[in-house]
Amino acid sequence: MGTPGDARMSWGQRIAYAAAALTGHWGRSLLTLLATGIGVAAVVVLTALGEGARRYVVGEFASLGTHLLIVLPGRTETTGGPPPMMGVAPRDLTVADMQAVLKSPHVLRVAPVVLGTVPVAFGGRSRDTMTVGSTHDLLPVRNLTMAQGRFLPKGDPSRGPPVAVLGGTVRDALFGAEPAIGRWVRIGDRRFKVIGILASRGTTIGMTTDEVVIIPVSQAQALFNAPGLFRALVQARSRDSIEDAKADVVSVIRARHEGNDDVTVITQDSVLSTFDQILTALTLTVAGIGAISLVVAGILVMNVMLVSVSQRTAEIGLLKALGAKGNVVMGLFVAEAAVLSLVGALVGLVVGYAAVAVVGRVYPAFPVAAPPWAAAAGVAVALATGLLFGVWPARRAARLDPVAALARR
Amino acid sequence: MIALEGVSRAFSVGGQEVRALDGVDLTVNAGEYLSIMGPSGSGKSTLLNILGLLDRPTAGRYLLDGEEVSGLSDDAQAALRLTRFGFVFQFFHLVPRMTAAENVALPLTLAGIEPDERHRRVAEALEAYGLKDRAEHRPSELSGGQCQRVAIARATIMGPQVLLADEPTGNLDRHSGAQVIDLLEGLNRSGIALVVVTHDPEVGARARRRIHMVDGRIRADDGPGDGDTR
Repeated sequence: MGTPGDARMSWGQRIAYAAAALTGHWGRSLLTLLATGIGVAAVVVLTALGEGARRYVVGEFASLGTHLLIVLPGRTETTGGPPPMMGVAPRDLTVADMQAVLKSPHVLRVAPVVLGTVPVAFGGRSRDTMTVGSTHDLLPVRNLTMAQGRFLPKGDPSRGPPVAVLGGTVRDALFGAEPAIGRWVRIGDRRFKVIGILASRGTTIGMTTDEVVIIPVSQAQALFNAPGLFRALVQARSRDSIEDAKADVVSVIRARHEGNDDVTVITQDSVLSTFDQILTALTLTVAGIGAISLVVAGILVMNVMLVSVSQRTAEIGLLKALGAKGNVVMGLFVAEAAVLSLVGALVGLVVGYAAVAVVGRVYPAFPVAAPPWAAAAGVAVALATGLLFGVWPARRAARLDPVAALARR
Repeated sequence: MIALEGVSRAFSVGGQEVRALDGVDLTVNAGEYLSIMGPSGSGKSTLLNILGLLDRPTAGRYLLDGEEVSGLSDDAQAALRLTRFGFVFQFFHLVPRMTAAENVALPLTLAGIEPDERHRRVAEALEAYGLKDRAEHRPSELSGGQCQRVAIARATIMGPQVLLADEPTGNLDRHSGAQVIDLLEGLNRSGIALVVVTHDPEVGARARRRIHMVDGRIRADDGPGDGDTR
């Protein structure tokens, strides 16, 4: 098998031949490149937007804290049956209830929350401010960070010291340029020592952390004269233990409340995962729409290849007369389709990523990012359709009768 | 070297069978110089295509060095065309987007020959055919005579045993045509068998052996010529 006729043309030579043929009619090639490029760019940009939306929502939720259960006093569901003869007011949710919940092996942290709006004053300045009573664990549970000083100290939640942590806006309003740490502010009718300033986090779903004052829960209960909690945040140990933690919370509270299910437990992750699923589906949908444009581009590749084959009939006849085997001729045209769609796909990637970068610049808050799988899938679909639709014209070329092909000029 | 025995080639045209070749017996010896002449439609080109394994006979046998080759696969015939035959066409059939050098290199590329050796052999061939200064020109920038010389360089680059020329001067002026015939005859003198199909009696008369065809049959044949009779 050592005769020259059996030697094979390398793929490098085939691609060089194909590239030369393509530049020979560059106008037509360029249009096809454009079609493939737009298809790939569309996949990249559309998935980047979908993924950006998903990340934005997930990020917003994550900034509220992860694996969170929110425990609200009172049953929101109607239980049916006749109304009780005597009014059964739901029991208060207490700090002691939460201490009991903390014993569950599925619960990592618990942060009770008492809320009220009271005037907060320093010197001659006063400001009505949302005041949150909680414990040391609120910091990790809500993913808060400190700009300055310390957060609430650890210790018995029923006996907190008179200390306060201020949000950035509150600090600025009360102290201006003066240092705030170590000063005493008046909250309602009590005095608190400022021990820390919260780092600004901008607006997130829920409330802004800039406009709050955080004090120990026992101080807040005394201040508002309310023994019950507004709500409690329970952090499960992991994503998998959320449901177990929820069951534990319900059973512990039921045991402590004489058999009444008088709390409502919302899991944040269930809300989040619903959003996550919806947005992932959305991303896949827009990616699919982009992929359709790639199939259209593939058909365009086929069109170009068919025109190329019929315009170059004489050339194909010549190649055959010179001794090119059928599969060599086919290889040349398949290489042409491959070069067309690959270069088109690369152009599309560059354009797509450039567009994503521009969007990222214009809207810095929106985390657009093309997921790598989308770019890979875009290129793969472009190549696959290009080759698939290129094979038929290439086979036609390979099967041309050399005598008839040479007769055409 | 080549022996056709009772070769026919029938085409069906509009449901009717037309015999372009009708029971042709022909022997071509190595190094022979023969011309095929005859009126249009007499089957000259069909005979040339059959000789060059571009077309298959519908009946009869084709023996190449004693071996039956008409039943070989397309790929096997392509391999024989690549190494044993060179084709020269009336309309040159150069690839318009390629330079003269690239056109000449085409068979070497198809044979998978390394670029270094390819460039060396192409340069030698262009030099030999007086086309050295035209190497980087495209066919549109060459005269007809130059185009045909490029085509001949391409046809001989693989060192074929048989050169098949279909109306090689049909598209050239008298002067260029004479140059091309000189070139082909020079190649024949170096040992390559030369088969020329032509309308031009002057060109045809130069061959040592002249075949005249009418209606798909050989009407007159000077008989095997003075090539060596292997």
